[in-house]
Amino acid sequence: MKVLVAVKRVIDYNVKIRVKADHSDVDLTNVKMAMNPFCEIAVEEAVRLKEKGVATEVVAVTVGPKAAQEQLRTALALGADRAIHIETDERAESLAVAKLLAKVVEEEQPGLVVLGKQAIDTDNNQTGQMLAALTGLPQGTFASEVAVDGEKVHVTREIDGGLQTIALTLPAIVTTDLRLNEPRYAKLPDIMKAKKKPLDVKTPADYGVEVASKVSLLKVESPAERKGGVKVASVDELIDKLKNEAKVL
Amino acid sequence: MSILVLADLHEGQLAGATAHVIAAAQQIGGDIDVLVAGEGVQAAAEAAAKLDGVSKVRVADNAVYAHQLAEPMGALLVELAGDYTHVLASASTTGKNVLPRLAALKDVSQLSDVIAVDSADTFKRPIYAGNAIATVKSDDVLKVITVRSTGFDAVGEGNSAPVEAVDVVVENSQSSFVKEELAASDRPELGGAKVVISGGRGMGNGENFKLLDGIADKLGAAIGASRAAVDAGFVPNDMQVGQTGKIVAPDLYIAVGISGAIQHLAGMKDSKVIVAINKDDEAPIFQVADYGLVGDLFEILPELESKL
Ligand SMILES: Cc1cc2nc3c(=O)[nH]c(=O)nc-3n(C[C@H](O)[C@H](O)[C@H](O)COP(=O)(O)OP(=O)(O)OC[C@H]3O[C@@H](n4cnc5c(N)ncnc54)[C@H](O)[C@@H]3O)c2cc1C
Ligand SMILES: Cc1cc2nc3c(=O)[nH]c(=O)nc-3n(C[C@H](O)[C@H](O)[C@H](O)COP(=O)(O)OP(=O)(O)OC[C@H]3O[C@@H](n4cnc5c(N)ncnc54)[C@H](O)[C@@H]3O)c2cc1C
Repeated sequence: MKVLVAVKRVIDYNVKIRVKADHSDVDLTNVKMAMNPFCEIAVEEAVRLKEKGVATEVVAVTVGPKAAQEQLRTALALGADRAIHIETDERAESLAVAKLLAKVVEEEQPGLVVLGKQAIDTDNNQTGQMLAALTGLPQGTFASEVAVDGEKVHVTREIDGGLQTIALTLPAIVTTDLRLNEPRYAKLPDIMKAKKKPLDVKTPADYGVEVASKVSLLKVESPAERKGGVKVASVDELIDKLKNEAKVL
Repeated sequence: MSILVLADLHEGQLAGATAHVIAAAQQIGGDIDVLVAGEGVQAAAEAAAKLDGVSKVRVADNAVYAHQLAEPMGALLVELAGDYTHVLASASTTGKNVLPRLAALKDVSQLSDVIAVDSADTFKRPIYAGNAIATVKSDDVLKVITVRSTGFDAVGEGNSAPVEAVDVVVENSQSSFVKEELAASDRPELGGAKVVISGGRGMGNGENFKLLDGIADKLGAAIGASRAAVDAGFVPNDMQVGQTGKIVAPDLYIAVGISGAIQHLAGMKDSKVIVAINKDDEAPIFQVADYGLVGDLFEILPELESKL
């Protein structure tokens, strides 16, 4: 079985972003970029499936600018066998990404597609679900456990009330939650080897997909800043402030 | 304008979030229908009919919709969406699971986690863990939106809207329900509680979370946690507050043994009053706390419980 993993280049999760002075967008110049943490978990899961002998090949795919090849190389260093880069400088939003991934699914015929549950920049939490709808495949989102069992995959999902386990026919789409696994770090020899692994470059036009969307970004603002308050010296003072100043007790 | 709101259910009952989504729908304006889909959901439909602002409740009560699995729910919404200009759901794990399928099948974008309505086509939503607020305009013919409950005050319950059955039945041979492990708790839901007390890695272990129980009892609070506390296995996943967990905005949020990472702040920084209890006086949580108490939580919590 082939496993396809979608990875996204995003701002490093440790970076606190700033909004541009003209409010047109956030300022990403010279900001450290990295693979979306949920995508790292997706790559790790795919590689583990290969190590267990369930998967035979792991293919990583990204949609984004030239620089996104760094994240594909990371995926290759972590154990993916080859990569596909769909290059675009346009702002590709979830629906366009899902359409492109659907074309790749059609071409590659994977048994399982693993995506992150959300990208930590736009926090949309949509792409996997959209891909499932477009390909007509079942979905197991927010996965904390994935078990392939013959013709089916059992997915345990983190839902608001706790955990839910569902069974899906294969092929299927899975999106990862935080506790699915702990991703490994790439070792130096693997990083070197990754440079020689195959990486195909395509464009959205190759797949006949229009990247433009009907959603426009009018303005980006900073949220209302919260100012730190005071330090209290004791539990008594805390209770007094909460009762008499904040009036929340 | 005509709006369809997908009701959020919790164990077959109407979840509190729905009343917040209807408030968002009222700001868009127009007729508001509520879709209650599941198996054995008549009581939830009747509860939805009481919510102010609802024009009618549509009930799809069939075994195929049990547990609101994504595939049949998406297909049902596609069947119904033709009557509407907007389809809204709460940004709960159900809304997030189902709505993008509708959007993709209708070839429109989805706006996730909307926190404010500027007009019928322009909305505000947080991006980058809430460190920026984007104003976005959708020119799609159908607007598909998930709503963050904390952005809108719940509507009241003085209505008695008509309830009608939806007879659309879809097929589903791709996914099936296996089991659910739901955390049983007598405490209020995290998302709707007026007071939340959360513990972090500083709690040390799961047993120590009992130190929060007595205080939560006295304050009628829900108990939350940081990701580190959940990852370490102290408490179950449904308690995680943050960018990738639950978003809360209670009147009072008490963070105990939590450092204040941006991903945690993303889930609680819109709380009215924040209290932080931490032994490290440099912990970033103090930068957002209205009242900070520096000290050992193992001494502070018992004292706080006894003095409340
Ligand atoms: C209003 C608006 C403003 C935007 N502003 C910016 C901006 O300032 N900078 C910018 O770079 N982009 C911007 N975008 C585009 C956006 O960052 C994403 O590329 C797009 O929305 C898809 O990611 P997501 O966050 O929706 O994915 P989610 O649904 O949150 O991501 C889930 C998973 O889908 C997969 N996935 C998502 N995108 C890709 C991809 N490109 N390639 C491969 N797999 C992927 C990954 O596995 C990911 O973990 C903007 C989009 C909109 C609508
Ligand atoms: C993609 C991604 C998503 C994430 N999503 C979330 C999320 O949704 N929610 C979330 O919370 N985190 C999230 N995180 C994790 C986040 O970055 C932090 O790692 C996490 O919030 C830290 O939890 P903590 O504050 O409990 O632990 P720590 O940072 O270890 O802090 C523990 C604190 O306890 C204090 N302490 C220790 N002992 C005592 C004592 N005896 N008395 C008083 N104080 C004491 C310490 O001084 C310290 O400040 C995410 C991270 C990533 C990468």
